[in-house]
Amino acid sequence: MASLEGSQAAGPALNDAGGGAASATDGVLRPVPYRGGGFRPVPVRFVGLFVFVALIALWEAGSRSGVISNLVLPAPSEAFEAFRYLVESGQLWRHLSASLQRLVIGWTLGMSLGVAVGLMIGLFSLARAGVLPLVSALFPIPKIALLPLFVIWFGIGEGSKVATILFGSFFPTVIATYGGVDNVDRTLVRMGQSFGLSWWSIVRKIILPGAMPAILSGCRISASIAIILLVAAEMIGAEYGVGAYILMAGSLFATDQLLAGVAILSVLGLVVSWLIGKAEAWLLGWRG
Amino acid sequence: MDLLLRGITHRYGATEVLSDIDLAVGEGEIVCIIGPSGCGKSTLLRFIGGLERPDEGEVLLSGPVPAGSLNPLTYVFQDFALLPWRSVEANVSLVLEDHAMSGREREEIIADVLARTGLSEFRKALPRQLSGGMKQRVAIARALSVRPAVMLMDEPLSALDSQTRELLMDDLVDLWQRERFTACYVTHNLAEAVRLGHRIVVLSRRPGRIRRIVEIDRDLGDRGPGDSELDAVQRELWQLLRDEARAADREIADGVA
Ligand SMILES: Nc1ncnc2c1ncn2[C@@H]1O[C@H](COP(=O)(O)OP(=O)(O)O)[C@@H](O)[C@H]1O
Ligand SMILES: [Mg+2]
Repeated sequence: MASLEGSQAAGPALNDAGGGAASATDGVLRPVPYRGGGFRPVPVRFVGLFVFVALIALWEAGSRSGVISNLVLPAPSEAFEAFRYLVESGQLWRHLSASLQRLVIGWTLGMSLGVAVGLMIGLFSLARAGVLPLVSALFPIPKIALLPLFVIWFGIGEGSKVATILFGSFFPTVIATYGGVDNVDRTLVRMGQSFGLSWWSIVRKIILPGAMPAILSGCRISASIAIILLVAAEMIGAEYGVGAYILMAGSLFATDQLLAGVAILSVLGLVVSWLIGKAEAWLLGWRG
Repeated sequence: MDLLLRGITHRYGATEVLSDIDLAVGEGEIVCIIGPSGCGKSTLLRFIGGLERPDEGEVLLSGPVPAGSLNPLTYVFQDFALLPWRSVEANVSLVLEDHAMSGREREEIIADVLARTGLSEFRKALPRQLSGGMKQRVAIARALSVRPAVMLMDEPLSALDSQTRELLMDDLVDLWQRERFTACYVTHNLAEAVRLGHRIVVLSRRPGRIRRIVEIDRDLGDRGPGDSELDAVQRELWQLLRDEARAADREIADGVA
């Protein structure tokens, strides 16, 4: 370093006297080529919003100029009109509250049961041997295929709808939870034992927080599945609900309403994802 | 409280890991255990701490547990084993929460051990914000908080750089001079062994047997770096270990280290 600076100050004439690395060539100093960087996306603000707005604008322009036929795809403004009607007629809240109620009840139950069963599989050999194969066998079954059975078991009312969402969010949560428990650093568990912590303390203060990152990412997946299943569940004779609204619009080929309904689901997904992000920031702040 | 190991032998599957270990650790004594890697030092410490049971032999305690000791046999781990989601004080608090005591008492113990390890100003810090040396100080503070009768230290300084290691050795010496704690101190670092050990137990390569026990009379406080007598002991230990270490190094591992 010192010799480089020296030869720089003295100029090319004194290069030999300086004897630095630069004198090896004809004395032209040049920076080391930079080869690092990349492979590490950083957050860039407003780009997402911009892409979204641009796409909508393009679509609207396409519809107005007639490039996109109204029969194929209604313009965003028409979908928005349908949405406005929904708001003004007071139907929006009716549909939304019915859906939210099913979603919250089904997903909360599915999550809680999933975490409990996942913990058991993670902690007890017997539960792992007995329950895990069952979970692996039932997880891949599309819950939609079981709808008729759910109707028979839980009735045509709210029961079958909540059950569909419950089952849908239960399995991914189980798998995420027991995976998280398996990944908890064993030396931390050993440490707890070596200090004579009770079994329950070790589970509550070491295993559960240690598995929390995995549980929360399971949460994201199960929340998306719950929203997907909402529409399926509301196929079973629901009068109100965003899914029911979409299905009705679909059967009447009211594509503007259909799009409005789909947009509502989309926003619901965004809100849930944002809420889980908040929960992560709060519960996993220690990861920095 | 004294510690007595009698005829400890252990196998993992077909490999014999420890063979016929007899050892006594007296009160207020630091016994260093050295040996080539894979010779069963950590395993031996797990037996002493009651985290595992040997195939043969027994670990015995004699004498009453000192009054007020919450966890007579207490570990300090090589990789600190701090809960990353708990602050420094909460990590110490963790090991007190299962004991019946008032919140005030717990607060007092935490403040006391953090002061003794020079951590008072880091109370609220999270482990990831601390250097390796600081993390190990937290682990030592946590161990002290349960007033151990015997500290079981498994390479506590091995994850640290050499300067930090010197600093922490000084701290441990200070601590011992004040509190005269009993310790089994596993290390593969001979300098640590001659600096901290009243007695040094040399194990052979796997299966670990006691090859020699070296006693150092010099008071811990008088041992400094560059001491010729200690250097001589260290050289002697290295003579003993060299061939064992070479042979151990060439063995094919058939289990987890
Ligand atoms: N739980 C275990 N199961 C099987 N083998 C083990 C287990 N723990 C340690 N070993 C084996 O026992 C030997 C001694 O291990 P260890 O006590 O960790 O050695 P050290 O601490 O002296 O390096 C090693 O060969 C290791 O592979
Ligand atoms: Mg070891």
